[in-house]
Amino acid sequence: MVPTSYYLILSAVLFGLGVLAFVFKRNIITIFMAIELMLNAVNLAFVAFSQALHKSDGEVFVLFVIVVAAAEAAVGLGIIILTARNRRSLNVERVDLLKL
Amino acid sequence: MSALAPYLFLIVPLVKIALLVFIVLTLDAYLTWLERKVIAHIQARWGPYRVGPHGLLQPLADGIKFILKEDPLPEGVDKKAYFFAPFLTLMLALTSLAVIPFGPDITILGYKTNFGIADVNISLLALFAITALSVYGIALAGWSSNSKYSLLGGLRSSAQMISYELSLTLSVVGVLLMAGTLSLKEIVEMQNNGNLGFFGWNIIGISKDGFGFTQIIGCICFFISAVAETNRVPFDLPEAESELVAGFHTEYASMKFAMFFIGEYTAMIAVSSLSTILFFGGWLSPFPASWTITHYLPSVILVPFGLWVFFDGIRYETIFGRIVLPGIGTVLTVVGAALFLFPAVNELIQGPFWFFIKVFAALFFYIWMRATLPRFRYDQLMEFGWKFLLPVSIANVVLTSAVLLWRMHG
Amino acid sequence: MSAVLVIFFILAGLAVFGAVALIVQSHPIHSALSLILVMLCLAGLYLLMGAEFVAAVQIIVYGGAVMVLFVFVIMLLNAGEEERTNFSKLASFAGVPLALALAGLIAAAIARSTVHMPAATTGELTSTRELSKLLFSQFVYPFELTSFLILVAILGAIVLAQRERH
Repeated sequence: MVPTSYYLILSAVLFGLGVLAFVFKRNIITIFMAIELMLNAVNLAFVAFSQALHKSDGEVFVLFVIVVAAAEAAVGLGIIILTARNRRSLNVERVDLLKL
Repeated sequence: MSALAPYLFLIVPLVKIALLVFIVLTLDAYLTWLERKVIAHIQARWGPYRVGPHGLLQPLADGIKFILKEDPLPEGVDKKAYFFAPFLTLMLALTSLAVIPFGPDITILGYKTNFGIADVNISLLALFAITALSVYGIALAGWSSNSKYSLLGGLRSSAQMISYELSLTLSVVGVLLMAGTLSLKEIVEMQNNGNLGFFGWNIIGISKDGFGFTQIIGCICFFISAVAETNRVPFDLPEAESELVAGFHTEYASMKFAMFFIGEYTAMIAVSSLSTILFFGGWLSPFPASWTITHYLPSVILVPFGLWVFFDGIRYETIFGRIVLPGIGTVLTVVGAALFLFPAVNELIQGPFWFFIKVFAALFFYIWMRATLPRFRYDQLMEFGWKFLLPVSIANVVLTSAVLLWRMHG
Repeated sequence: MSAVLVIFFILAGLAVFGAVALIVQSHPIHSALSLILVMLCLAGLYLLMGAEFVAAVQIIVYGGAVMVLFVFVIMLLNAGEEERTNFSKLASFAGVPLALALAGLIAAAIARSTVHMPAATTGELTSTRELSKLLFSQFVYPFELTSFLILVAILGAIVLAQRERH
């Protein structure tokens, strides 16, 4: 038996690491990955709660989060490809002009 | 025996894993022999015939060559990914076999166990999860090799495998709707239709109460997508030798190349097993259950084949062949005769026998296609996947659910 | 220590290791591989909790589709090592303590508030059938909405990726 709080603490740690990656990395793609990491951390908390409370609602929410993440990845990566094509750089700090 | 009883839950799976890996690797090796031989005969050539009688020792020679070859490390490769990619490909291909049931549950010496390694209740999803990951092996190999041909191969394969995974998954939904379960074992048992034999299989789809709906559209979509997923001709663009040298494995040599090779053939076996289970009744016999005489078919096939090998071998050109071939023939004949004499053993191998026959037929179809069809162009491949295969498999889902709904309410 | 707890600690350790590796690695592909490791570990943890369907979906969608897309884009853009700029040093000074503080804060809040929570069940599988019934009855409107979301995303991605025709 693993106490629910262990899962939640792991979830918090992963979320914190995701935030850290988000502020620390300079590459747009990696920053995007940090967001995915945070979403994953939240999913873990959802599943842990749903198991602890014996309700499947949490798992349904995880499915929704996964679907939204997939849609987000499709659009986000499209934007990244466009940005990289126009600015010739993936560094977020090079993307600081509203107009080229 | 009784001292071991508490540990049986651990020993039995380990033995099964060792057996399965041994059988599958041997099968892989002889699949390469079969492929070369069949393609050669289709193209009116001889194929391998120098190493051993009928080239039967060719896989062994290939294996020795793979081990002894120099393994150069190209300049500028990403070492971690370069070494990891072939391992990943082989590992995932072998893992995917773990959830496949090769026969009904069996009881040996009073210990009841499933015919396969793991009996998971979401085995189909587990299998898709494992195959979904197999794209990384190819993509990483292509990226890490620091070669433009490899990179192009890796790019092509990742786009291709994502595209065809959709139709692969959707083409199965029809079967799932009819079976109402995700367990491969239960999907096979659902197709068991007592006295109707192969009419109960999903490709014909007549259920126990005489209601029928065929999954032939799903089957065709599944098989085409499966060929694309395993990167075989006519969808072998990731390794198209006329444009990309050897695609994603251009920079690989020796054992690392062999791992890709074994991985590809193992994936072929896994996918053939899956299509057998989903559409062709898995381990079920095509004959009605009341025809018990058909249970002697393994002997009826093995004994004449063994005798033929024996008499063909006596007249073989080389001395070595004159010893080896009759030896194999004798073994086959004895096994066939033993099956005839011990009905208990014969009953035990009925399931695996039919399963093997069906998988073999699917593998032969793979090879046949390779010898027949030319390669797609890349834009044709994408158009075919997105504009034909995907809509057709979605239409199959809609059609199947409509028929099932009509059946429930009409 | 029970076997389940040992498995939990192995998977949790690997997940944290992957998340740290995501930050430390400087090449996007290595970061992506670390993230895949995290996702696989999370799938293992879901299995441990008995959420088998979510575990399978996690691997199929996240591992097999979303991350493949990431790897594909990194390969397509031929992204190299990350370049360091002046601002990222500031981020490393201010970011590390702040993020650690955030993680610590959340963890502390959880540790304090969930003492009375029942332990997460293990081995007791939520049936996939039950989950799908819930999805198609109680949550049917959100479910249909997500399909619209995906449709919009597909259209958006196509519009974005299409080169302008002159």
